[in-house]
Amino acid sequence: MTLRRLLLAACLATMPALAGPSTAQAQGTIRIGMTAADIPLTHGQPDQGFEGNRFTGIPLYDALTAWDLSAADKPSVVIPGLATEWAVDEADKTRWVFRLRPGVTFHDGTPFNADAVVWNVRKVLDREAPHYDPRQVGLTASRMPALRRAEKIDDLTVALFTSEPDSLLPINLTNLFMASPAHWEKLRAGAANAETAWNAFAANPSGTGPFRLTRFVARERVEMVRNDAYWGTKAKAERIVLLPIPEANARTAALLSGQVDWIEAPSPDAVPQLRSRSMVITQNLQPHVWPWQPCFTAGNPLADVRVRRALNLAIDHDGLKQLLGGFMVAPVGTVAPGHPWWGNPSFQIRTDKAEAQRLLAEAGYTPQRPLNLKVQISASGSGQMQPLTMNEFLQQDLKTIGVNVEFDVVDWNTLFTNWRQGCQAASARGAHATNVSFAAMDPFFAMVRFWDSRMAPPVSNNWGHFNDPRFDAMIREARNTFDPAARDAALARLHAAGVDEALFIWIAHDVSPRAMSPRIRGYVQPQSWFVDLRLPYVQ
Amino acid sequence: MILYLLRRLFYAVPIALAVGFVCFMLVQIAPGDPINAIVPPDAPADVVEQVRKDYGLDKPLPVQFGLWLLKVVQGDLGRSLATGRPVWSDLQTAIGNTLMLAFAASSLGFVLGCVLGGLAGTFRGSVLDRTAVGVAVAGVSVPHYWLGMVMVVIFSVQLNWLPAMGAGPGGSSDWSWDWEHIQHLVLPMLTLSVIPMGIVTRTVRGIVAEIMNQEFVVALRGKGLTRMGVFLHVVKNAAPNALAVMGLQLGYLMGGSILVETVFSWPGTGLLLNSAIFQRDLPVLQGTILVLAMFFVALNLIVDLVQTTLDPRIKRA
Repeated sequence: MTLRRLLLAACLATMPALAGPSTAQAQGTIRIGMTAADIPLTHGQPDQGFEGNRFTGIPLYDALTAWDLSAADKPSVVIPGLATEWAVDEADKTRWVFRLRPGVTFHDGTPFNADAVVWNVRKVLDREAPHYDPRQVGLTASRMPALRRAEKIDDLTVALFTSEPDSLLPINLTNLFMASPAHWEKLRAGAANAETAWNAFAANPSGTGPFRLTRFVARERVEMVRNDAYWGTKAKAERIVLLPIPEANARTAALLSGQVDWIEAPSPDAVPQLRSRSMVITQNLQPHVWPWQPCFTAGNPLADVRVRRALNLAIDHDGLKQLLGGFMVAPVGTVAPGHPWWGNPSFQIRTDKAEAQRLLAEAGYTPQRPLNLKVQISASGSGQMQPLTMNEFLQQDLKTIGVNVEFDVVDWNTLFTNWRQGCQAASARGAHATNVSFAAMDPFFAMVRFWDSRMAPPVSNNWGHFNDPRFDAMIREARNTFDPAARDAALARLHAAGVDEALFIWIAHDVSPRAMSPRIRGYVQPQSWFVDLRLPYVQ
Repeated sequence: MILYLLRRLFYAVPIALAVGFVCFMLVQIAPGDPINAIVPPDAPADVVEQVRKDYGLDKPLPVQFGLWLLKVVQGDLGRSLATGRPVWSDLQTAIGNTLMLAFAASSLGFVLGCVLGGLAGTFRGSVLDRTAVGVAVAGVSVPHYWLGMVMVVIFSVQLNWLPAMGAGPGGSSDWSWDWEHIQHLVLPMLTLSVIPMGIVTRTVRGIVAEIMNQEFVVALRGKGLTRMGVFLHVVKNAAPNALAVMGLQLGYLMGGSILVETVFSWPGTGLLLNSAIFQRDLPVLQGTILVLAMFFVALNLIVDLVQTTLDPRIKRA
């Protein structure tokens, strides 16, 4: 046998082995490539932002209240979760009574009741509690800033107390997931301390959610199976596998090579190729705002409402959308028309460069005296969409109306840190605006923390030190209005006023693109950061 | 020899201290805040301060460093700020995965490098030499993360022959040496091997060419030694220097390639460092860098000892 024939034979012999990675998967298994670099925490209060809540929060756990994720064509609103109803105490507006859902059990078989609620509140708010976990405090307490303690009334009724009257509590409570106290106590018995017990709990968690965790490989994968004892509608898929794949090209390759069935945030560049291979691309309006947040301090050009309005009118949203492969929605405010908090503002955000130039001229900015802006941005970052590309587009776009934009590019972690310090701090380095995208599902995070003068740094994210007593009064009114419809009306007035004052330069709303195999059926992408993993299945 | 060994081991102590200190200070000097690994950016100031206190991040920097050092001396690298897991448990798995990849890539790179370099040095000026040099230059010059992406596009996306990412169908925890798992290793191994292959090729070529011109080789030929006999003498003389270069290359690969491991989602030290850097997860950063530095020190020591064994002219006091 000649050498050439020998080589040919060797190649042919290896061909079957090279035929491809094992594609045989159990029916009903959905493998998801996440953007996170690590598995979001599984002990009940996920990290990794809302991607954590999406994949290791809601599927494994329930909260007292939940988001309605069943429909794509209407805003996602708060619905009953482990609590079936709730009301504020008319005599004491800092006391809420929640009635709990009967017959719910944790994955370990123990019952969910008022004791479990009190235990879960104490895990993040009571430093004296044996199961207090500082790690979970940071991930939870900030999302329910008014909650102080819980008290059992009877087995299925619990009272929750807030630091001040706050009608937003039921919305905030979607973030407090209920972990099994009995399971934790059992693990605590074999652990050196509470922290070790929580680590053991994270590897072997017990919630009440529609999926149970069956396998946890740190930094690599999590496997969950359907909870057949779930109290609500059971999941259609038998098994979910979550894989952290932070690199966008690696996620795309994993989908195209059949290693995963679903990827988060495909790169816009990859979408034509994904479509050509019959992959399904999904998107929907997400309460995810991508703005420039102005600095309002005296002497700052963005303290002038005419300049803020001009910038809102100057942006070529269609061009930006084209740049992003269609994966954005042109914003008209923090929420969209049709949302309960929309409020019908009089200032209409649109592309109108002539009007923008007129407003700039009125504010004293002309070609001879152009507006020079400095914006602090990041080159990348979780949820930041494509910050460098988008900002460079804006820089070129605004140049056409005589606005010169300079960027101070810092890394994502630094931008976060600076966000807490405000535009007057040295860390802002003289920036007139900052570019941190944010979630707007909850009124506190959508509006209150930016427009309440009490939220100026270092308290919260009023980076621009906005201070207007009218807005403080509107926020107080909203937080003190306990009828949900009246509260939404108060929030709508707040939002409309915010748009009229152009308190942000609203640039884009994210649409949370996903790519998935055509074998995935039943998937619904709600107008939310979250997804109901009970709905999709593999054909 | 024993005294030399002890002295080298003793030198490792100040190196470890310096590495730990420099790493700690670099993270402190860098903009950003480790607290971001624990609390979301929208957390109010009181929550941030409470968590900062709970984690001891409010203590003066020398105290924080001292406490960390005290734990390290007791064999405890601390816990990740982001996940709460012991650094050592994550690090153990990551090191195992990186070692597997590094040994596979370096074995391939060294074998190819020695063969190409040896041939090029022996037949200097020939087409073979020019081809080998061309391959070596390309190996050193091509960005390996780019090469990795190209190979993924060809072998995973287009041909569907090899998996694009991961360390096995069920993760690295159930790794076994069968094709189902090994196929996950192939693309990262090929990608990572090109740089050591290029460097070793060039080094071996230079050494072999130099030795081939020395008088003792002419004498060996003059005495009628066969080509294989001369080649063995050349190899013996070239080995110590080539070994030193290979040792360094293996050290670099053991450190994990952040880019290659990220491209292939290979759960090694590179990927661990990548996420720790972005999260400012100080204990993970410090622990990982310290352990990798110690690996590097140990590897250099081993290379030195092997060099001494191969070439008795290299004396150790």
